[in-house]
Amino acid sequence: MKRPWPRPDGDAGSALIEVRDLTKHFPIRSGVFGRTVGQIRAVDGVSFQVRRGETLALVGESGSGKTTAALSLLRLMEPTAGVVTFDGQNALTLDRPGLKRLRRKAQIIFQDPFASLNPRLTVGTMLREILHVHGLARGAAAEARVGELLALVGLHAADAMRYPHQFSGGQRQRIGIARALAVEPEFIIADEPVSALDVSVQAQVLNLLADLQRNLHLTYLFITHDLSVVRQIADRVAVMYLGRVVETGRCESLFESPRHPYTRALLAAVPVPEVRRTRSRVLLSGDIASPANPPPGCPFHPRCPHPDKDEICRTAVPGLRDVGGAGQAACHKA
Amino acid sequence: MSEAVLRIENLRTYFHSTDGPVRAVDGVSFELRPGETLGIVGESGCGKSITCLSVLRLIDPPGRIEPGSAIWLRDRNLMNEPEAALRQVRGNQVSMIFQEPLSSLNPVWTIGEQIAEAVRLHRKAGSAEARARAVEMLRLVGIPDPEQSVNSYPHQFSGGMRQRAMIAMALACDPAVLLADEPTTALDVTIQAQILELLANLQRTLGMAMIFVSHDLGVIAEIADRVIVMYAGQVVERGTTDELFRDPKHPYTEGLLRSIPRVTQKLRRLAVIPGSVPSPRSWPPACRFHPRCPYAWERCRSEAPPLAAHERAGRCWLDSEPERRVAGAWDALGGREAQA
Repeated sequence: MKRPWPRPDGDAGSALIEVRDLTKHFPIRSGVFGRTVGQIRAVDGVSFQVRRGETLALVGESGSGKTTAALSLLRLMEPTAGVVTFDGQNALTLDRPGLKRLRRKAQIIFQDPFASLNPRLTVGTMLREILHVHGLARGAAAEARVGELLALVGLHAADAMRYPHQFSGGQRQRIGIARALAVEPEFIIADEPVSALDVSVQAQVLNLLADLQRNLHLTYLFITHDLSVVRQIADRVAVMYLGRVVETGRCESLFESPRHPYTRALLAAVPVPEVRRTRSRVLLSGDIASPANPPPGCPFHPRCPHPDKDEICRTAVPGLRDVGGAGQAACHKA
Repeated sequence: MSEAVLRIENLRTYFHSTDGPVRAVDGVSFELRPGETLGIVGESGCGKSITCLSVLRLIDPPGRIEPGSAIWLRDRNLMNEPEAALRQVRGNQVSMIFQEPLSSLNPVWTIGEQIAEAVRLHRKAGSAEARARAVEMLRLVGIPDPEQSVNSYPHQFSGGMRQRAMIAMALACDPAVLLADEPTTALDVTIQAQILELLANLQRTLGMAMIFVSHDLGVIAEIADRVIVMYAGQVVERGTTDELFRDPKHPYTEGLLRSIPRVTQKLRRLAVIPGSVPSPRSWPPACRFHPRCPYAWERCRSEAPPLAAHERAGRCWLDSEPERRVAGAWDALGGREAQA
């Protein structure tokens, strides 16, 4: 199972990816001439680091901008502004060959494995094509490598002959993972990789991702709305709300003592599959605002239950500040 | 114990295809008591939603509720009622809410019109009275400014508001039973918390009984008084919420509880139920869980275990041979994970 994987250069714990002030605005067009009448501020000045060998979880509800941020990172979507450095290199100014090299180092796994697999290709053909495009292996060597990749994700070599529809949801996600691993990446973005799977199958895929990370020295950016999954797999966490990071910190300390009122409310809202306890629940009122028309000041202030909420929350956008324990929160009152 | 408001006996809902019957629901029995919440939990394809739809006989061909199934609403067996009588039951004595409110709301009618329609139909109310009831219901479910909102169209509402409107519609005729099929699954977690709180409060104040269907054990733990666990078209475990979460009897329930990550603590390693959910086209023989069960022995592969009639029961041979429930069985599955 364990293959001598090329160990990434540099020390474990140093920054592999550095994101600064990443911004992605989508124009809102209207009328026959498609005049731009506004901007959807999907990602609005997001900064974070992903360190070698760690799992950073980007967590947030729908519309928080977490997926847009991740796609911008790999330039599967062109960001409006900001800086993304990958291994010291600016990823946003790469030319086409440079981009191809980047995508050998950085791969992505999607939520719906069926929608992201070509239904007309057998698994073997799909994997061989990747090896061929990136000039990694041909002929018998490619054949052997396909078997190796399938074994790596817990499938059989014979599965190479089958088509995506012949697999269960969990197996398809394994194929999605094999595809990402084909180019021997250092870094994998996993965008809600277990959200579409049955509860009894999620653990299989989460355990597989953890094993692969350990054996292949992978670095993960894990995007999810599911805080229970975050607690299980993440080393560090960045919580997003309306296109901004509102809190970031080490996983344990963020779950044990969340500092931002949104993080607190989010954690309190997660139902726990245990014998009922009396829970002090912070119920948030209202809905997440539209990123086309975010509120002035702190993006969270209209829903914020903080007792000291005041004028500054309604007028000034809070920046991320140190709140102790290597954590940061974007709250005037934290 | 008070008389059940709803009692399902040996419900079998099959879908008849050229390849033979698809036994989506295969002999399900349970009862619902006044004022309680019964949770039905299971994964995709286990038959939980079809069970819900069958209660209101909302099964279209090629699906069919098989002869011998009984759906007792108080003292009427809905299996013997004509369609006209069923229409008097649906949305009146028994209401239903679904996962995706947008696809259950009519986009060209205002929210108010859709609530009022049910009231006019079932309560023979005049239009002014029905409209007043719609406003009252919107206020009850916490929609701000109900006098204005009553004139809104579904697309003008957010996902959480739409689910509130659905609930208002379902409760407008004071049903004795509310069937809630994954009503919070499509919602963000903070909105889900609002809706769960709302349903629990409404149930307390209105005194209705509720069946809450979900794949999410956390949601079930939060809202249900009693729980039935479904697997492969059958009830595999039954008990109070406390009993079930404290001491699961069936290996499937046990495996699920060991395999889901917790927001409250990091587990050393998640347990794994090997394999995947079986297809209703071909349930495994004998015990339907045996191919995925870490305790399975010869008997499980040859003989189907019964579900005892007790309040607290599991459909498992471990009941008669408890010594076979060996510690560490789940951890020993590590090697089999790969074949899943």
